[in-house]
Amino acid sequence: MASVVKPSLGPWKRKAPAATKAAVVLTQQRVYVMPSRMGGVFSLTLFLMLLGSINYSLGLGYVLTFLLGGLGIVSLLHTWRNLAGLDIRPGRPERVFAGDHLRFTVSIRNPTGLARFAIGLRRGHEVAHFVNVGPRGEAESFVEMVAKQRGWLEPGRMEIATNYPLGLFRAWSYMHFEQWALVYPRPEPSPPPLPLVPFGSGTGTVGQGSEEDFEGLREYRPGDPLKRIYLKSLARPGAPATKEFAGGPSPAAARIDWRLCPDDMDIEARLSRLTAWILRAEQAGLPWSLHVPGTDLAPGHGSAQRDQALELLALYGR
Amino acid sequence: MMRRSKPPLLEYAALTTHRVLALVGCLALVLAPHALRMPLWLTLLAALVMGTRAAFAWRGYGLPRPWVLATLALAAAAGTWMSYGMLFGRDAAVALLLMMMCLKLMELRTARDAVVVVCLAYFAVVTNFLYSQTVAMGLYLLGCVWLITAFLLGMQRNAGPRSIASLLRHSALLLAQATPVMLVLFLLFPRIQGPLWALPHPSGGGLTGLSDTMAPGSVSSLSLSDAVAFRVEFRSTPPDPSQLYWRGPVMWDFDGRTWRAGDSRPLQARSVRLQGDPVEYVVTLEPHDHRWLFAIDLPAERPESATITQELELLATQPVRSRLRYAMSSYPQAVFGLDEDAAALQEATVLPDAFNPQAVALAASWRAQTNDPRALVARALALFNEQPFFYTLVPPELGIHSVDEFLFGTRRGFCEHFASSFVVLMRAAGVPARVVTGYQGGQFNTVGGYMIVRQSDAHAWAEVWFEDSGWVRIDPTAAVSPQRIERGIAAALPDTDPLPLLARADTTWIRGLRFGVDMMTYGWNQWVLSYSQERQLAMLSGLTGQTLSWRGVSIMLIVGTIGVVALLALVTLRRRPPPDIDPAAIAWDALSRKLARAGLSRNPQEGPLDYVTRVTRALPPGPADAVRAIGSLYTRLRYGAERSAEELQTLRKQVRDLRVGPR
Repeated sequence: MASVVKPSLGPWKRKAPAATKAAVVLTQQRVYVMPSRMGGVFSLTLFLMLLGSINYSLGLGYVLTFLLGGLGIVSLLHTWRNLAGLDIRPGRPERVFAGDHLRFTVSIRNPTGLARFAIGLRRGHEVAHFVNVGPRGEAESFVEMVAKQRGWLEPGRMEIATNYPLGLFRAWSYMHFEQWALVYPRPEPSPPPLPLVPFGSGTGTVGQGSEEDFEGLREYRPGDPLKRIYLKSLARPGAPATKEFAGGPSPAAARIDWRLCPDDMDIEARLSRLTAWILRAEQAGLPWSLHVPGTDLAPGHGSAQRDQALELLALYGR
Repeated sequence: MMRRSKPPLLEYAALTTHRVLALVGCLALVLAPHALRMPLWLTLLAALVMGTRAAFAWRGYGLPRPWVLATLALAAAAGTWMSYGMLFGRDAAVALLLMMMCLKLMELRTARDAVVVVCLAYFAVVTNFLYSQTVAMGLYLLGCVWLITAFLLGMQRNAGPRSIASLLRHSALLLAQATPVMLVLFLLFPRIQGPLWALPHPSGGGLTGLSDTMAPGSVSSLSLSDAVAFRVEFRSTPPDPSQLYWRGPVMWDFDGRTWRAGDSRPLQARSVRLQGDPVEYVVTLEPHDHRWLFAIDLPAERPESATITQELELLATQPVRSRLRYAMSSYPQAVFGLDEDAAALQEATVLPDAFNPQAVALAASWRAQTNDPRALVARALALFNEQPFFYTLVPPELGIHSVDEFLFGTRRGFCEHFASSFVVLMRAAGVPARVVTGYQGGQFNTVGGYMIVRQSDAHAWAEVWFEDSGWVRIDPTAAVSPQRIERGIAAALPDTDPLPLLARADTTWIRGLRFGVDMMTYGWNQWVLSYSQERQLAMLSGLTGQTLSWRGVSIMLIVGTIGVVALLALVTLRRRPPPDIDPAAIAWDALSRKLARAGLSRNPQEGPLDYVTRVTRALPPGPADAVRAIGSLYTRLRYGAERSAEELQTLRKQVRDLRVGPR
């Protein structure tokens, strides 16, 4: 499991710079430069041009070959300069649900008076995202990954690279920020209805609203009128469901409880279902309480409650 | 199989329609100079392919299938073979290469293809230099390189659109920065004498110059050409114009109409007796596709890799096909051929039978009167002098007995007529004589300090042999038109004769301009086009004051390159302090410095408001109010939406007037 949490560290563990929390300045020692594939094609062309110039004693052929050679060298300096001196800071990672795209934003600052172009940022083998950074400017870039698992996730080593200006060379550097993002469990796509209880009371009642204001289903409790029983739920294993209608006399509360899941459900599926319920409850604006083994959250609602609960679920068992 | 290599960054921007059009345009510009050199069908086909590609891009059509391209490529190869008779000669190879470049455009699908085409376009620039290396062509192709580089810049992934002007500017900057590297490499990169491989050489058909035969009209046709034959830098005082005979091929064999050079014999050392002062000079000879080199009569030595014949012709080992530079010294007063062997002298009196009977009879009548060769020469020259002979570029046509018709009929001729008739008369009189062709005179370029000898200076004269002084130059043209020898061809010819523009005497400023242009061409030839191994070593040895080996040159190359690159790195990578051009910020910095002197320096992270608050607390009420006012004005100017010049003025003044005593 741990290797999944930090997926990209594996193969480069030895080379990866120690993870840092603060800004990284791309000092001259940190920027590497190598010819790109295009650089190889270009130098082959120059070699052929040189051969031709020698063979036919072309004075202007020499001039052109050496001019383009000089262009190559100059472009190396420019490529390197395009990256050197940038100041890179990790952004605050967003929180997502497992299965979603997770963006780790990074702020690239340019303390120099020289505009930087086509600065690419990527993770591993992915396609880079490019930004320009103006003189003394700042731009936001990111790496994106699919959050496969709940729990803490960090982007691992990032690569910042550029081919600018001619694509003959590639300058790059690596950074590894301690940029942990919390990934909530993936919400179950179609969870069973929210288990409701009347707010403030321990016993469930069913509202008296009209048929037009159908709101949802809840678990059958003894005493529910027969016509409110959702007939299709009888065909399914588990408890029958009761149809609920808006405009009921008392606001209900949701009781989101680990124990309401079938006994044979595995942990991740349970966490998914609880997550989905929390989202439903928040969406409906209902107060809700949460029980997972070892922890209880008192009824309440709002983003603080939600974040606390989701964090609990994300890190359950971790 | 596991892929170990990392997929590269997405390196290039998408290949949009505009980019395709720009690339096709660049390639068309590079290939345009070839249009007139290639066979017509090839030019048309290339234009068609490029036009089609541009139209496809414009219309958004898909590209043709590979088999279509393969068929076209085969057809192009077959056409090339039919046009040139081969595939691997220089011209054929260039034609084939150009065709393949055009067809590559038809495969231009991705940005990666575009980058390959860019490399091909750079290479195509060099193929132009095979045919022309003039300053103008160099500048044109430099312009092409500029555009191609701008295109390559535009292909880079970029987060914002860039204007064409900015791409062109940036491209010019890169090329300008590349120039010092180019200069160092050009001067120091060890020159290897080509060719590395031999391709069938084109005939020198396009080159003008003297030929190894001389018939009536052959020299006068050259006189219409402005082309430079060679340029000369004198190391010693140049001889008098009347002594400036540039010796070329010597003609022995006469068939009644045409003179031909005989077989050459190597020179016997005793044949030449040097006397008088030598003339030292360096000749830069334009290619003329023949072996002979030109030198002032009489050449005393031979350049390296040339032979000298018994006739004192200088012969290179190979036909001269590229510009050749050689140092020479000549002795205009030298005597040679005293010991000429009998067979050669015999050959120098042979005339074909049944040609020019009148001339032969005339010479025989002279011979009957005197045996003295000098008297016979004088008789012949007197004939030219006393009879109404005219020197003209447009002589009438001559028939079979060309000498007879000229001497007794038309009497209008150019130097080859006079030389030919004179030698025929001498031979008929029993005096050994031969024709010498070459150039006479030359124009001194007062701007560049060297002499230009053009094809229009081509000349033919005679040499006769005397027992006591060997071969002696006799110029019958001088007898008719002394001006030709003293003042050049323009002075000698009537104004109605056609003459090349540059041979005409004209106003001073045009002459100055012409000389300036020629000097540029000369410098270009010397330093760019003919910068050879030899010249490189000579230049570097002269520079360092010691004889350099290749090792020395290599070390200089490495040191020079590293030096220039280090310098460039210093210039481009120098850490610039962020130039804050906001005048408000400059004034604010001035304030900070002032306060810092009072012990209230600003922390780097401190914003203006925090700073003002801190400072005002520490200052006495008067200055504190002033700083507060400056602070509020500054924040408004720096971060507010609008600002006026007056307010900036006020800010500067307030900062200037602030007095804070050191605490």
